[in-house]
Amino acid sequence: MIKFSRLFIVFALIFAACSSEDDGTETGGETGGTDSFDRGAMLVNWADNIIVPAYNNMATKTQNVESAASAFTAAPDAAGLQQIREDYVDAYKSFQSVSMFQVGKAEEINYRSYLNTYPANTSNIESKISSGSFNLELPSSFAEQGLPALDYLLFGMGTSEETVALYSSNENYRTYLNAVASRMNALTTEVSNSWNGDYRDTFVSNTSSSSTGSVDKFTNDYVMYFEKILRSGKIGFPAGAFTGTASPSNVEARFNGEISRELYLEAVQSFEDFFYGRHFSGNGTGSSYKQYLEYLDIMKDGADLASLIENQLDAIQSQSSSLETNLKSQVEKDNTKMLEAYDELQKAVILLKVDMMQALSISVDYVDSDGD
Amino acid sequence: MLFSANKYLKKYTEAAPLAAFRLFFGLMMFASILRFWANGWIEKLYIAPKFFFSYYGFEWVQPIGEYTYFIFIICGLSALTVAAGYKYRISIIVFFLSFTYIELMDKTTYLNHYYFISILSFLMIFLPANVYFSIDAWRDKKKSFQKVPAWCVDSLKLLLAIVYFYAGLAKLNSDWLLRAMPLKIWLPSKYDLPWLGDIMQQEWLHYAFSWSGMLYDLFIPFLLLWRRTRFAAFIMVIIFHVLTRVLFPIGMFPYIMIVSALIFFSPMLHHRILKFIAEIFKINKSRFDTSEVFQFPDITGKIVRTVVVIFFTIQLLLPWRYLAYPGELFWTEEGFRFSWRVMLMEKAGYAQFKIVDAETGNRFYVNNSDFLTPFQEKQMSFQPDFILQYAKFLEDHFSKDGHQNIEIYVENYVALNGRKSAPYIDPDVNLLNFADSFEHKEFILPFQDEIKGL
Repeated sequence: MIKFSRLFIVFALIFAACSSEDDGTETGGETGGTDSFDRGAMLVNWADNIIVPAYNNMATKTQNVESAASAFTAAPDAAGLQQIREDYVDAYKSFQSVSMFQVGKAEEINYRSYLNTYPANTSNIESKISSGSFNLELPSSFAEQGLPALDYLLFGMGTSEETVALYSSNENYRTYLNAVASRMNALTTEVSNSWNGDYRDTFVSNTSSSSTGSVDKFTNDYVMYFEKILRSGKIGFPAGAFTGTASPSNVEARFNGEISRELYLEAVQSFEDFFYGRHFSGNGTGSSYKQYLEYLDIMKDGADLASLIENQLDAIQSQSSSLETNLKSQVEKDNTKMLEAYDELQKAVILLKVDMMQALSISVDYVDSDGD
Repeated sequence: MLFSANKYLKKYTEAAPLAAFRLFFGLMMFASILRFWANGWIEKLYIAPKFFFSYYGFEWVQPIGEYTYFIFIICGLSALTVAAGYKYRISIIVFFLSFTYIELMDKTTYLNHYYFISILSFLMIFLPANVYFSIDAWRDKKKSFQKVPAWCVDSLKLLLAIVYFYAGLAKLNSDWLLRAMPLKIWLPSKYDLPWLGDIMQQEWLHYAFSWSGMLYDLFIPFLLLWRRTRFAAFIMVIIFHVLTRVLFPIGMFPYIMIVSALIFFSPMLHHRILKFIAEIFKINKSRFDTSEVFQFPDITGKIVRTVVVIFFTIQLLLPWRYLAYPGELFWTEEGFRFSWRVMLMEKAGYAQFKIVDAETGNRFYVNNSDFLTPFQEKQMSFQPDFILQYAKFLEDHFSKDGHQNIEIYVENYVALNGRKSAPYIDPDVNLLNFADSFEHKEFILPFQDEIKGL
């Protein structure tokens, strides 16, 4: 009798003790012991030294675009066109350093889709311009706004003289250009305000290892970005990797025609900088995936994954030097170079999605079912 | 003193342990089904997907759309009637069939524990678990017995012992014992656990867990069998399973295993448990204490014992079928399922399928998420039978789409237990040249390392 009741108490106690542990939303304040990696510090580095400055920078650029648009539309001339074109190129390049941060507000408002869904749907844009009525807040209007729409509006209207003439004579074009520029700036401001406000703390303090923890969630997005947006979007789709037929019109910034490779390289560089934990401004580096992997490698005595990824990112960069500055003409003239670029990117996808995710013990796209 | 089968078969014991087991098993299963439903997994796993991975030979077992919920209702209700011991024989057969049907619908969700439930409920069809403390026995005095053949209780112990012992044998390999894999991958990611988070980073802990897990699995059945170590062993059972519950997402199973282990205790304990329950529900327990001995009718008894012997022969041999295949088991997974290899490896893969027109040479890649759920895609990417079945599905799909002369190739990389990912399926093999079978799959590339051990 004594035996059983004792047993029963132990049983009941442990039963109760563990069932309260289910949600795993502890903040786990890292103690920063010498032999444990401090994920909290990594999140701080990501937020304060990379993500927030990158969004602030982007907000400046979209502000410039908006101002240039209103100046140009107030009195269309060659100088004004030149100014907004330059500001657009700046913004497009800056966008490559925030596009991968699709968490928080950016995820909530679908920032990336509104800013950079390409190719732009030019016939819809034209019909909206001619009707003069449009609503850029509809999700169905992704392909009618943002940077690809600007690309079309600034570079798809013929020569500079013809473009100036068009904007001088047509109010609807002026309205649309202003609407696109100011919406882009408004969305960017919204995201950067959120990071400069409460969201930074939310992000940094969520050190949980559950699927909703910042490291887990962000890593999924980061790897997904590389696969779907960088590899497939910038190289795979135009090269026809998925259809077997090359499709040059799917190139990013195709109307500009001069910056597509640069945008690709900016994206690769930003991705790489983030991997190394390089600060957005200045030359500093901080806690990063690279350090995290090195720490885990030492512990697991596995393949030196951090350097494998580094080498592959280098290989991508060096292969890209054989590409033309205009990826559209690269696809048209010699698509095998594009397919080679795809293959190099693909090797990195495997290292990131299979090896890195396994090393970090983060599962790809959470499946909340039971294991054994 | 030789073991005499005849003598053993004539041995009798109290029916109480069997009745308690039936009761707890039924309730646990009911709770599992409810939980599965409440988590939205019926919808997510069996209704939302467009395509399901079948077990070889069981392709006809498919979810039936929205009606799949009825299978779960039937399964849940039969679990309840099993618990109550109401029309037990029918109930347990219905439970076995419905539960097994659910498991066969998609092998993406295969878990050793689900397989355990299936075979356990099959075994229970042949056990007189309703002769004591059940509605059946309450309603019909003729069906009420206090004692049952000893083998009926022992067979449950044997099944549990097989599960533990084989799971322990499977851990006798170099990855588990000498590299502490995959715990070395899994445990550090539990950094946010209160109190335990920091020591999860310690290498010695990974080894300690690996070795103690192995020793636990190998020895726990014997420690539970021996009266003098039984109590301590049961405390270990509780600690072990609660710890696995805290560390890993394994749902109801720790509780099921803890409760099942009670079967090793003496009938006295079970009488106390049942008495406790009887008092709460104001059941007159003494009505079941008839002193009557349950005996199978001659012919039935013979059939039942034959079935049980065949059942256990299969259970003892089936886990070894991997020896019939060449190559590393963890890599090829040929003979991996149904062999109690529980939480034994961390495997991840990436599979990109290429559809080629054999005549024109035109090719394109498949976007897996067009056809598979993330869970299915994950499981598919490192298991050859999934890959083959998926290739067949893609062939059907794309030929219906009007593509002709289809060949299907896969570029496939797999990482196992922290090793760098390596090519898995021969990328130059047209998968459509192969039919699924139990034969060794020649298109699996060899494992580039060696894992020593069983």
